[in-house]
Amino acid sequence: MRIIPFITSAVITSGLVVVLNTNLVLPAPLGKLLSPQHGIWQNAEPANEDFTANLKFPQLSGKVNVYLDERLIPHIFAEQENDAYFVQGYLHAKFRLWQMEFQTHAAAGRLSEILGDKDPRILNFDRTMRRLGMVYAAEISEKEVEQDAATKAQCDAYTAGVNAWIETLTESKLPLEYKMIGYAPEKWSNHKTALFLKYMSLDLAGHDEDFEMTNAKSFFSADDFAKLFPAVQDSLDPIIPRGTPFPVQKVFPKTPANADSVYLNSKDLAVEESFKPDKDNGSNNWAVSGSKTKSGAPILCNDPHLGLNLPSLWYEMQISTPSFNAYGATFPGAPGVIIGFNDSCAFGFTNGGRDVRDYYEIKFKDDKREEYLFNGEWRKTKWRIDSIKIKGKNNFIDSVAYVQLGNDWCPVMYDKTYSGGRNTNNKNYAVRWKAHDASNELKIFTMLNHAKNYADYSAAVVNLHTPGQNCAFACKNGDIAIRTQGEWPAKWKGQGDFIMPGTDTSYLWQGMIPQDEITYQYNPERGFISSANQKPVDETYPYYMGRNYPMYRGITINKRLAAMNSITVDDMKALQTDNYNMAAAMILPLLMKNIKENELNAEEKKYADLLKNWNLRNDVGSKGATVFEVLWKNLVDTIFHDEFAKAPKVVMHPFESSLLEELLKDSVYKFADDISTPQKETLADMLTLAIKETAVILKKAEADGKLDWEKFKGTSINHLARLAPLSRPNLPIGGGSHNINATKEVHGPSWRMIVELTPQTNAWGVYPGGQNGNPGSKYYDNFVDQWAAGKYYQLWMMTKGEEKDKRVKWVMSFGK
Amino acid sequence: MKFIISLLLIALLSFAACLYLPWWSIAIATFIVAALIPQKPGKAFITGFLALFLLWGGLSFWISNNNGHLLAHKISLLVLKMDNPYLLIAATALIGALVAGMAALSGSYLRQCKA
Repeated sequence: MRIIPFITSAVITSGLVVVLNTNLVLPAPLGKLLSPQHGIWQNAEPANEDFTANLKFPQLSGKVNVYLDERLIPHIFAEQENDAYFVQGYLHAKFRLWQMEFQTHAAAGRLSEILGDKDPRILNFDRTMRRLGMVYAAEISEKEVEQDAATKAQCDAYTAGVNAWIETLTESKLPLEYKMIGYAPEKWSNHKTALFLKYMSLDLAGHDEDFEMTNAKSFFSADDFAKLFPAVQDSLDPIIPRGTPFPVQKVFPKTPANADSVYLNSKDLAVEESFKPDKDNGSNNWAVSGSKTKSGAPILCNDPHLGLNLPSLWYEMQISTPSFNAYGATFPGAPGVIIGFNDSCAFGFTNGGRDVRDYYEIKFKDDKREEYLFNGEWRKTKWRIDSIKIKGKNNFIDSVAYVQLGNDWCPVMYDKTYSGGRNTNNKNYAVRWKAHDASNELKIFTMLNHAKNYADYSAAVVNLHTPGQNCAFACKNGDIAIRTQGEWPAKWKGQGDFIMPGTDTSYLWQGMIPQDEITYQYNPERGFISSANQKPVDETYPYYMGRNYPMYRGITINKRLAAMNSITVDDMKALQTDNYNMAAAMILPLLMKNIKENELNAEEKKYADLLKNWNLRNDVGSKGATVFEVLWKNLVDTIFHDEFAKAPKVVMHPFESSLLEELLKDSVYKFADDISTPQKETLADMLTLAIKETAVILKKAEADGKLDWEKFKGTSINHLARLAPLSRPNLPIGGGSHNINATKEVHGPSWRMIVELTPQTNAWGVYPGGQNGNPGSKYYDNFVDQWAAGKYYQLWMMTKGEEKDKRVKWVMSFGK
Repeated sequence: MKFIISLLLIALLSFAACLYLPWWSIAIATFIVAALIPQKPGKAFITGFLALFLLWGGLSFWISNNNGHLLAHKISLLVLKMDNPYLLIAATALIGALVAGMAALSGSYLRQCKA
């Protein structure tokens, strides 16, 4: 019977191991996770970590030395260009592998595979990605890359580099997030690089308002609709200055004969809402010519506004090869330098923001969806069967119908099997998205990295099809330029604003705007170029540009640049981090005139006074900024609340600029009247109501000690998987959507860069993150405070002979 | 003397095993030592418990200290819902200790079966 104690204790021991090795009982496998030789402790990077390494890889054809500086920026010096991409891939993986894979898993609709389906939004997200055709798009662009030997070799080298790192991984060396979530990385591939680029396309060129607009059109009268959603903005200061002559129009998109009855004025409802990229994925860029600078050399500035995450989207590096030498922000997931400079010139981007994602209503013969009506005949559907893996469960099978509209096969994104969580009235909507078309976007970056002059820049940028960008350029020879680049559908007025009929060719895109009709500015007389996502051209441009563009940052930038002379890098730093609120400056005088002080109590008056004495800046510590931002939001709600009370749930709300523009034109604004009351209300009445509501919110904020703008706003840089302790909340930074410093809650300048093209390049930059994606490293978020404070780091373009410079902290050498 | 030798042997063997094997190899290492060096079950438990408490506690403290406890602050918030690196180190030590204590107990009982 002596065996009983042994069996009992052995069973308990085994049970303990099982409990601590899985999450059957505990929320996490604590034994595995906390084992000092395997788990999270292995990710606690020593403060004095030595990154020196001497590595051999048979894939390399020459020698590569990487000099890591005190900020952990790698300066890659390679004898062969493709070796540099191998090492770039290796370093991206070494420092950022988890995010690279997480972002591409997201793009491919594979989050359920790693996160499970406890939160139903995850499977919905995956289905949305698949049904939008993200993988389909990546496959097409991968094939396009295969056609180009140089890009193919570049991608192959990059992929090999990523995999060279992955092959060295043991359980203990896995990035922290793999251990926390409980999965392991798979091999990298060119397909994943393509997926990453589509992830960026989705972020930048994936926004659409077609469903909301369709519903708004159905609900409002034509007159009201035109007032709420105007196609013209009076205050607009376009990228290409007003009055600039345009090339002769060569494509003439023809409005379908029945457009008025079945499209523009049709009252058919669509109901749909799903994951949406942030509409404010915008940016600023500008360049001033030497005539306006103190040094006489051009200065280029760029700050792309994107979702702010940790680890950051960006990774800083220098790549030096016999054929080029470039420095700047790179994308972990893709080869080359994306926003940066080389020894001759600098380049930067803002989002073009045009509508390149349209929906067509498809008519299937029956519920089987095997045939669809097109040009009077029944055509055969093609199917794409997606098997979505779900952690701990059976696969979810999703069959997506593809229909051919003209020459393009388009996924039927919404149908009876998928509504994105909402009812689609059992209608079928196919999506025509420009990102499905074949193009090789990597080429623009590779060519810009090599560019020596304006001709090289021009040859490079035309390779960018989607996401279309305003590409700014400045060169040491004094040239500055901007081009509103993209392959844009040539649309007739109103095309694609709403869901379109998809039963024949008449509503399809009829062609692309020819590349020689793409607008640009090259050394303009005013001595600067700029863009801030505003509408690129005025109304004389022959093609339809859509309706909804942010315009206030652009107005500020152009005003300021026009007035500035003898500009220095410090002036540019001040401008790039400027918190002047242009929208407030335009509307506040009218609001102050309409305040009825006698109807306000002491508390409300106190807040109104804060507004009166406000300096129009969304600075740290500003209370007036908080009052304005809350009041403006409340005023919009108060004015439109009655008109929208009975509107469909999914509906477009007035563009940000519409109310402001209309009020400036006519303060006896039609919508000010509350239609639910018999009397006629005015703007002043609405303003009083809004102030009263604002005071309630502000009183609570004040009690919480959050009346200062930065505290009220609470900018956070969140971990990509939303793990709170790995995030940086409540940063002391001002700004807002209508400020040049467009820092919002979780969105803002993701990389600030200023490059003065003096003979010895004088470049500055900062991003809100750190070079090492490991939350256990002191390099994880060490740039965040510098960024929040509006400060920059000098960017060191290292040259041969500086290997012994004191900024070099570690050397990694790679060889055969 | 047996106690000291067992303790050192368990710690050493566990450390070596974990260089190549999964974390639960500490249970095997401890079990083997306890089965080979005869001790009373209670004492064996204490030996295994103490060996891994010291090994895992010591290792995690040493790693965390070199890291300025940067990661331990974050993970203690994530796992224990409170910001206390030392508590995370203690939890680590305790988990290793418990598993090893039970494994040592099993080893000691096995020896008793044979004897």
